[in-house]
Amino acid sequence: MEFFKIKKDIPFMRHALVFNVVSFITFAAAVFFLFYKGLHLSVEFTGGTVMEVSYSQTADLTKIRSTVSSLGYTDIQVQNFGNSRDVMIRLPAQKGVSSAQQSERVMSALKVDAADVVMRRTEFVGPQVGEELAQDGLKALAFVVLGIMIYLAMRFEWKFAVAAIIANLHDVVIILGFFAFFEWEFSLTVLAAVLAVLGYSVNESVVIFDRIRENFKRYRKMNSHEIIDNAITSTISRTIITHGCTQLMVLSMLMFGGPTLHYFALALTIGICFGIYSSVFVAAAIAMWLGIKREDLVKAVAKKEGYEAVDPNDPNAGATV
Amino acid sequence: MNRYPLWKYITIGVVLLISILYTLPNLYGEAPAVQVSPARSSSKVDTALMGKVEQALKDGGVVPDGIALDGASIKARFKDTDNQLKAKDVLQKALIPDANEANYIVALNLLPRTPAWLQALHAAPMYLGLDLRGGVHFMLQVDMRDVVAKKAEALVNDLRSVLRDKNIRHSGISRDQNNVEIKFREQAILNKAKDVVQEQFQDYLMSESPDGTDFKLTLTPKPQAVLKTQEQALKQNITTLHNRINELGVAEPVIAQQGLERIVVQLPGVQDTAKAKDILGRTATLEMRLVDESTEGRMAESGAAAVPFGSEKFLQRDGRAVIVKKQVIITGESLNDAQTGFDSQTQQPKVDLTVDAKGGRIMRDVSRENLKKRMAIVLFEKGKGEVLTAPTIQAELGNRFQISGAMNVTEANDLALLLRAGSLAAPMEIIEERTIGPSLGADNIEKGFNSVTWGFVVIIGFMCAYYMMFGLFSSLALGINLILLLSVLSMLQATLTLPGVAAMALALGMAIDSNVLINERVREELRHGASPQAAIHAGYERAWATILDSNVTTLIAGLALLAFGSGPVRGFAVVHCLGILTSMFSAVLFSRGLVNLWYGRRPKLKTLSVGTVWKPEEK
Repeated sequence: MEFFKIKKDIPFMRHALVFNVVSFITFAAAVFFLFYKGLHLSVEFTGGTVMEVSYSQTADLTKIRSTVSSLGYTDIQVQNFGNSRDVMIRLPAQKGVSSAQQSERVMSALKVDAADVVMRRTEFVGPQVGEELAQDGLKALAFVVLGIMIYLAMRFEWKFAVAAIIANLHDVVIILGFFAFFEWEFSLTVLAAVLAVLGYSVNESVVIFDRIRENFKRYRKMNSHEIIDNAITSTISRTIITHGCTQLMVLSMLMFGGPTLHYFALALTIGICFGIYSSVFVAAAIAMWLGIKREDLVKAVAKKEGYEAVDPNDPNAGATV
Repeated sequence: MNRYPLWKYITIGVVLLISILYTLPNLYGEAPAVQVSPARSSSKVDTALMGKVEQALKDGGVVPDGIALDGASIKARFKDTDNQLKAKDVLQKALIPDANEANYIVALNLLPRTPAWLQALHAAPMYLGLDLRGGVHFMLQVDMRDVVAKKAEALVNDLRSVLRDKNIRHSGISRDQNNVEIKFREQAILNKAKDVVQEQFQDYLMSESPDGTDFKLTLTPKPQAVLKTQEQALKQNITTLHNRINELGVAEPVIAQQGLERIVVQLPGVQDTAKAKDILGRTATLEMRLVDESTEGRMAESGAAAVPFGSEKFLQRDGRAVIVKKQVIITGESLNDAQTGFDSQTQQPKVDLTVDAKGGRIMRDVSRENLKKRMAIVLFEKGKGEVLTAPTIQAELGNRFQISGAMNVTEANDLALLLRAGSLAAPMEIIEERTIGPSLGADNIEKGFNSVTWGFVVIIGFMCAYYMMFGLFSSLALGINLILLLSVLSMLQATLTLPGVAAMALALGMAIDSNVLINERVREELRHGASPQAAIHAGYERAWATILDSNVTTLIAGLALLAFGSGPVRGFAVVHCLGILTSMFSAVLFSRGLVNLWYGRRPKLKTLSVGTVWKPEEK
């Protein structure tokens, strides 16, 4: 089997401007929704109580809502979770009421209405914990971005590092934009997914950059444009297949993982799809705008990895097409 | 060129064998069990108790599958839950004749069904997190401001009495947050006071400043002293929590310090959060009362007469009765500290007590009037009192006094601990709570398992169809990756949570990346006209640099999550990072081994089974 029977290098870079405009528009839309609608943060970040209760029959959400609000809570959310019998109730963090007795009060009130209600899960997070988690999340993001940039700058060159990070941060913002637009719940696990995707889709850029470096060494007559086109074309089948495989796993989580893993898998799906797009079309284009040259790479590489440049076992060493 | 030396095959074989061995315990599942553990420090769990347990089970007609003494508890396994429940009743009756005087905790538990030969290798299954087995998780925050303020309050009292003893006249001692200020009329007196403080209160820094016409001396606690105070408070709260949770009869509670001022409590299997919270938040009280030394009192003590009016009967730890007057001298609120030490003259262990100023005054009056009489210290918990100790008053007491006498070091430590446990060192607040019902836990296991299995099957199917033989090698490598990951997690005794399972699925999805890279490279080399053997060699060699790069970037993200993540994110990060490391081994070393074994010995190899190698015609 072979999906990719590509005869000539695809001239990706000729359309680089178009791709960059497309990603800029998506990016701008994501930023707009992030500011306009904001992230629907889970209780882990905001503080408050979440309860998951299960009824033996279809739950009457209106009645549950009125029962809970009769206890004196304002700004509560009651919604189905996974199926019509499971209900998720969110209570806001109350200043002054720091005790975690809330869930019991609500539970006993619900039991009065319907004796068959079963508590599946409760979660209470104090406001100060939420703040810390949000801070730690930002710290982790900064750490990942810096770490990856330093590594890429060491391994390749700063232009690649900048290009890869811009391309992949643009993915992160777009994932967040999706979560803002659809009002999906942004929890700690989703944050983990976002960071994992960041590390993962940088891979993609790395693979292409690796090929660009190799091509600079191998095809001395090509210009940067052609070299990048060739690099993307020759790695595209690998890109699609690996991402496809990872996506198969993520899809399986989305289908069988249940509501707890739902948003986790969703964030990964968006991240993987946009990861392909951004590393193929955005990262290389940015690297091109930044003006990567043969001299930048080949010299630096010849010093560090001299063995590769004159690999005696390489049948293609020095070959040109 | 595609041959591994023998030692490499042997290494791979050994790694495989070890990882399979350590993965095995996870497949045996868990057996219902009953666990007997001590409820208090004085009750011992030893072979004698094990004999008792065995006998009790035999008498009760319950046959255990296995019974073992494991550290500080005895665990007996049973065939099914019916036998388990029956055994619990039997043991409860045999070991705890009086529910109010429980020396042991008999709790239901689940024990891994790991066979003995695996146990001998210290192979054990992964520990399931609360979200997979159900239970309660609390995070408690200790109010450290209160601790430090209390300490300053105690210092005010100490200073007052010390300065009075030394006849140093001051014009007022007051507390300003954590600092203490003493005012003096004259500089000379201040200097005298300074010497005293220097000598007796080394944990404080002093600074002088003029205050109108007066002179002011400010004592500020040294940072390390504050830290020590807070540390002690936290430790004490943890100890108190331990004692209280023992009552809940949880098989494997986790009570751990987190950071400088937080305590995490995890109670697997507990569903009654209301009761758990009640017990965690309960305050025990301590009371000091006089022992009723009247003739009636003494008679009642030996059981020869009824307890006289105005007195109560309490038991001591060793079971002896003490008749104590109902009137309370001071309560635990007045007790500032209790520490063990050694008597400077007799070199015997002692417990030093410090009470606040008001308590000190009362103690002085009471002790003066009751010399050579006994005073009992009673600890009330769950509304039930117990006499910790009932020493004889030897001299007039102040706000610092000591209990000494026939005690060894352990007893003195226990007593100090119990005295302190009378009240939590500092108020605590629940700042995070998570309850997961058992049905949800079981659901989560099933869902996690299903996602991993189906994803795995589909990927294998695709790889084999697309890359043929090389796809099969890749799939085998992926399977080995899963086994490696499971065995490492089991060896580390990591706690598996649902995010951990998700990370496992993701790790597998990402691990296949390396194999795709290699297979694509091999195809490409063939497309460029390389011979099959050269293609294998070049494919693996060239893909390696890329694999390393891409794994390092993923690892950076994983480490960031590990460093800054908490709770569910940490569980994810651990599996994620380990998954990346194991995938490097399996995808590169192991799959190359398979390829070498299959193709390496054929010098005249014509074709590779790596799927379609398509070539553009014009080349």
